[in-house]
Amino acid sequence: MLSEDELREIEEQIATSYDARAACIPAMRVVQAHRGWVSDEALQDLARLLKMTPEELDGVATFFNLIFRHPVGRHVLKVCDGAVCWALGSQSLMEHLEQKLGVKSGGTTADGRFTLLPICCVGDCDHGPAMMVDDKLVRNVTPEMVDELIESGGEVGE
Amino acid sequence: MERVLSRNIRPGQAPPTLREYEAGGGYSALRTAVTQRTPEDIVGLVLDSNLRGRGGAGFPTGQKWANLPPAGESTRPRLFIANLDEMEPGTFKDRYLVEGDPHQFIEGMLISMYACQTEMGYIFIRAEYLEPVGRILERALGEATEAGYIGRSILGSSWGCELHVHMSAGRYMCGEAMAILNALEGKRAIPRTKPPYEVTSGAWGLPTVVNNVETLCCVPHIVERGPDWFRSLGRARDAGMKIYGISGRVKRPGSYELPMGTTLRELLEEHAGGMLGGYQFRAALPGGASTMFLDSSEMEVPLEFESLKDIHCYFGTGTAIIVDDRTCLVGTVHNLQQFYARESCGWCTPCRDGLPWIEKLYRDFEEGRAQPGDPELVAELSHHIHGNTFCALALGAVAPIESSLRKFRGDYEEHIRQQRCPWRERH
Repeated sequence: MLSEDELREIEEQIATSYDARAACIPAMRVVQAHRGWVSDEALQDLARLLKMTPEELDGVATFFNLIFRHPVGRHVLKVCDGAVCWALGSQSLMEHLEQKLGVKSGGTTADGRFTLLPICCVGDCDHGPAMMVDDKLVRNVTPEMVDELIESGGEVGE
Repeated sequence: MERVLSRNIRPGQAPPTLREYEAGGGYSALRTAVTQRTPEDIVGLVLDSNLRGRGGAGFPTGQKWANLPPAGESTRPRLFIANLDEMEPGTFKDRYLVEGDPHQFIEGMLISMYACQTEMGYIFIRAEYLEPVGRILERALGEATEAGYIGRSILGSSWGCELHVHMSAGRYMCGEAMAILNALEGKRAIPRTKPPYEVTSGAWGLPTVVNNVETLCCVPHIVERGPDWFRSLGRARDAGMKIYGISGRVKRPGSYELPMGTTLRELLEEHAGGMLGGYQFRAALPGGASTMFLDSSEMEVPLEFESLKDIHCYFGTGTAIIVDDRTCLVGTVHNLQQFYARESCGWCTPCRDGLPWIEKLYRDFEEGRAQPGDPELVAELSHHIHGNTFCALALGAVAPIESSLRKFRGDYEEHIRQQRCPWRERH
């Protein structure tokens, strides 16, 4: 069941869209903002609101890299694997994170704190290697910065 | 050298507020356009300016606008999409422009919408740009709406418009001009058959213009200072200024506004300060991942659409990726193929099935399993993709393959001979 807040925010999105279906990405983003991922149940509720079949909506959901159809941790760490970050050491950064968190790329830590993912070039090649912590961009990442980030539980300083 | 597109941009500082932007002459081009010029006048100015799309394809912007069906014949509304889905690897120019001067982009979009006689605009932004680009843009849109630049009867004219921000959810394919229409409609972002082109039948079947952000940023300056001035800015055959980018192991990676037609040598040596100590230049992808490698003998070629076309290369987004002598070139292409294989939308078989196979062959090179004949196989597979897909992104995917096989064949042979990546320990 979608919560009242979710429903209200989704209705707002639909009201400003060309038609209901056009609001499907914003609507799924609303659900993700509230609960981190889009479950089968949420998908079915959303499909009704968006006047789509659940299959159609799942087709869209699974097309996009940043709509999560599996549960994710409280923070999603995304390491840029664009060509420039790769040359500047993003691979060893990923390995460092895997070791530190004890999960492979794509996995979520047992305590549910972190999910680790690769991400396409984030358009910050002049400050590589780069990564994202949830929606925040972190530039010129070093292993020390990663250690600090994990110890602080995923908080990114300004 | 006069800065045009980046004149208000101060990296590390907050972008100009509406008042600051106006104090520097901002929004006067919009005022001129909607109060003193007809939409046709603006299309004419942009046609004369020789402005070409900065998203990669280089299509003449004025021509795209002129291809819209005549406004009088149809009551169908027209749509306008600003493409801020900047996902080309190695590219960060649109981020730089919107983060640094959001009002310049908004003004450019508004004038362009007026020229195209459209009242409904969408800014299509990639999810990863939510912070800070998206937040900066939202704030600027709020200011511009409050000041009456967005809304009904703008600046006392009979023209008004609505602007919506569409935050995407991460998929390279969405940047393609036809796929972006499907994405906006709430569908999987796959390409469409052309014709009809989007200017005739775009999102929801309505005439739709899709322009890149940097293209739109040029428009206020063309209106303000005229097409002759704009054309005169270019150093070779293409017009205007360009936000070049440069990254890799160079001393000062970043964005540099320079006249269209600046050479790679000048960009690298004068502006980016040359290579980092201990590294030599080996190759460059001049305009993002989907372009052909240039080698050290091609550093004097003007970086622009026409001159690069002469040497069978794409200009792309104009943001150069520099490959140094201690980075494996075959490994770089492998990284790119991982990206393309992962991001292929899956609509066309040659791209959907060919790219993963190519990626596997590159992995063999990198992990010491490549066999004689593999370079030929890679070439054959990329040949099957070339020209056999609905969209042009597949052409971009094979551009670095074909050019590296031609110019750096020895690197491939060394991987086969040594049965390992000879660069692995050199990083």
